[in-house]
Amino acid sequence: MPLPAFDTPLIFETGQDGRANRYLPDAPALDTLLPRETLRDELPLPDNSELDVVRHFTRLSQKTFGIDTAFYPLGSCTMKYNPRINDAMANIPALRDLHPFAPDAAAQGALALMWELERSLASLFGMAAFSLNPAAGAHAELTALLIAKAYFKARGETGRNVVVVPDTAHGTNPASAAMVGFKVVSLKSDAAGRVDPDDLRAVVGPDTAVCMMTNPNTLGLFEPRIHEVSDVVHEAGGLMYYDGANANALMGNTRPGDMGFDLMHLNLHKTFTIPHGGGGAGAGPVGVAAHLVRYLPVPVVRAYDAAGKDVEAAGWRDSAELTFALDFACPDAIGTMRSFWSNFAHMVRALAYTYANGAAGLTRVSQLAVLNANYIRASIRDIIDIPYDEINRHEFVASAQTLKRETGVRALDLGKALLDRGYHAPTVYFPLIVPECLMIEPTETESKETLDGFIAVFREIVATAKSDPDKVLETPVNTAVGRIDETRAARQPDLRWRPA
Amino acid sequence: MYTPHTAGDIAAMLRVIGVDALDDLVRVPDAVALRAPVEVTPQLSEIEIAQRFAQFAARTSAGEYTSFLGAGAYRHYIPPVVAAIAMRGEFLTSYTPYQAEVSQGYLQAIYEWQTYIALLTGLDVANASVYDGATALAEGVIMAVNATGRKAVLVSSAVHPNYRAVLRTYAEGLDLVVDELPYGPDGRTAGATLEAALADQRYAAVVVQSPNVFGAIDALPPAAVERIRATKTVVIGVVAEALSLAVLAAPATWGVEICVGEAQSFGNAIAYGGPHVGFIAATTAHLRRIPGRLVGRSVDTAGKTAYVLTLQAREQHIRREKATSNICTNQAHCALCATVYLAAMGQAGLRNCAALNVARTNELKRKVTALDGFSLRFEAPTFNEAAIRVPGRAAGVLAALERKKIHGGLDLGRFYPELDDCILMTATELTSSADVDRLVAALSEIPVRAAARV
Repeated sequence: MPLPAFDTPLIFETGQDGRANRYLPDAPALDTLLPRETLRDELPLPDNSELDVVRHFTRLSQKTFGIDTAFYPLGSCTMKYNPRINDAMANIPALRDLHPFAPDAAAQGALALMWELERSLASLFGMAAFSLNPAAGAHAELTALLIAKAYFKARGETGRNVVVVPDTAHGTNPASAAMVGFKVVSLKSDAAGRVDPDDLRAVVGPDTAVCMMTNPNTLGLFEPRIHEVSDVVHEAGGLMYYDGANANALMGNTRPGDMGFDLMHLNLHKTFTIPHGGGGAGAGPVGVAAHLVRYLPVPVVRAYDAAGKDVEAAGWRDSAELTFALDFACPDAIGTMRSFWSNFAHMVRALAYTYANGAAGLTRVSQLAVLNANYIRASIRDIIDIPYDEINRHEFVASAQTLKRETGVRALDLGKALLDRGYHAPTVYFPLIVPECLMIEPTETESKETLDGFIAVFREIVATAKSDPDKVLETPVNTAVGRIDETRAARQPDLRWRPA
Repeated sequence: MYTPHTAGDIAAMLRVIGVDALDDLVRVPDAVALRAPVEVTPQLSEIEIAQRFAQFAARTSAGEYTSFLGAGAYRHYIPPVVAAIAMRGEFLTSYTPYQAEVSQGYLQAIYEWQTYIALLTGLDVANASVYDGATALAEGVIMAVNATGRKAVLVSSAVHPNYRAVLRTYAEGLDLVVDELPYGPDGRTAGATLEAALADQRYAAVVVQSPNVFGAIDALPPAAVERIRATKTVVIGVVAEALSLAVLAAPATWGVEICVGEAQSFGNAIAYGGPHVGFIAATTAHLRRIPGRLVGRSVDTAGKTAYVLTLQAREQHIRREKATSNICTNQAHCALCATVYLAAMGQAGLRNCAALNVARTNELKRKVTALDGFSLRFEAPTFNEAAIRVPGRAAGVLAALERKKIHGGLDLGRFYPELDDCILMTATELTSSADVDRLVAALSEIPVRAAARV
């Protein structure tokens, strides 16, 4: 289903002075309220009627592809359905309008909710504790690496400044390492696309701080020797960090904590159905093993029973009878990562999702995510390269390398052809170790019919690429615009409208 | 569970894959197999979830209390049109617009956001957003460090304490020195101490916030900006209350080169602290050091106007450890809410709203300080909040107000021990005269000695 192609002028090119919407009563004249020298003379923003504003943004929404539009198999991004009940819960006025500086006594429900989520995540992923503080996945990586830095500093091991990252890792891993002054050593995957513990042994040593991995890895493959990998890093004195971007593959099946990971993050905006919103806001809770709990960022949510004693719960517990407080007085904490305590509205959504599933439901979610991904792989493996053609987890990687050699059609072009046929493109050119790769992650919320539709169209496109490659190279033609001149965008940056 | 699979679907799919059971797909080595069942929330039906969350909601104060809290998170009127647009599924459920051809709408909206922020701050460019005001400050400081090669920064102590705390956390990772510039007797950053501090040219940036954490309008005077510039130090301006930009002198006009801040006030709920939306605007000279996404305008193959993520050579997915920041997911949807809000309010509506904030705060200041024992702690003009000195300790007064279902404001003693007799009180367009009168009546009933005792 093509998106409408009509032009939409910028909001700054529409409207008229004097067309303001009257949302508020009139204020007194400004210069009677503040000294003139503190004020600005003008504010060059447009005044549009509310109807024109609604039409403008409705048109923009119609030129935007979301999960609600159609199938969105964007690998590594877990584009699953975002249940509307989550948003309704986040929009309850008493939660939506609560001020972060409201005294704890006035915020008990919010703290209870955060605590229930934190305890559920700790049990689900095998960690001692979670902090809900970080704002997104990359922010959580930074948080975790600061925790590692504080841990080594406390142990007098300040020479540990190397982060080992497999070559399949997300780009945020090395970028986060650089933000805490750690050096990055990249580790080559073996022929089976995995980390070989023996290769790892050769690069770890007294300077190793952290090994950052994800499992299943970004090829969608489970690392079967993960516990040996953890042993190698631990024996060298380093910490294991789990990048939770792929957590949708393993809930209720295996846990990062049991694999030997000391630190991890989750992308609640992937696994826990928080809407991606076009690139955020996300939420990136950080989990830690017992020896790192004291370094977690503040504030920490504390729970007390009726006798006023600290509640120590391994997993979820009903919060109804408990009382809660925000604890800022944690002497070993790395500090705080953001203006206020968490992306709270997203914690509401994530907890609503765990309530909708329970343990059995979350386990089922991961199983069906893996089923859907394997089903697509098995249905296209005869027409396109699958570099690691085996049982994968929640996603897999195909390659257009042979297709490109034979026809000139690249992974990018297949993606654009899919856009023309009403599907979102897979992630392309990531992970970096597979040439011409397409990373396909269907998620568990897609029905067999949807997958069959996608498979049929994908097969048609590949067939067209072989018979009439130019037809594929010319796509997309059914979208709001055709392929864009990105070189011009970068060489002559036009990043804002300017008044004539 | 939101999974559509029937038993028949699963069986058919397993046959295509060539395995017998779902368990065959997710088998793991014994060494990492789950040892005990996980303990997460019980499973509830949708209506039971709604009932459960109503219980959480019943344990908070919002709605029931009259609130004078602000300090970086502001209660403002949000026209319903904002939610009506922002909750459209296409906006809500899209990912970062990597496939520009099917993301033109969102990309244009972000281009419009960048323009709004540039126009409001008076600066050349703005990015597609960062997490919040505090992380915007940390990222802005990193820009200045990269611009100057200096690893120290001088921050006014009247910058929001949470923002300074986050900067210190980041500084630990980056091995930056964070020094502080005191606030003066009128509540503004003490410019007199600048000269000595700048003498050895060790600072990458001087950071001031306006309105600052005491509500005081704290634009640096031209002479101070000149002294800072003379040492090739970057002036970073922090704006924790973006609504103030509608009426106060634009940061660029008083010398700010990198403006960082928080735009929650534009159409985003307080939500117990997040998600909010940080912004970074800068002069063109700093363009290639800006972190995060930038949307640019270009053309497609047919010459038609088209929007696309650009200058990605700065970003983590291309540059990895050499990126300007590790930021990936940012606050796009919050920025969208802000853009719709700004479009609906227009310049006239926004300026009127900002003026109302000043008027309501002036009324609050006038009525509260008319009470015996209450006074303005600082004389500098304020935008929508002010430090009020109370008889006795602020904590005691606030506790007494809580009993009357009033959130009286922020105890400044929490962050400034010397100000433990001061409350930061905030009034916005949502604060009515009746609210202020209620506060005044409650304050007048608090026995001074009771307050002093706590």
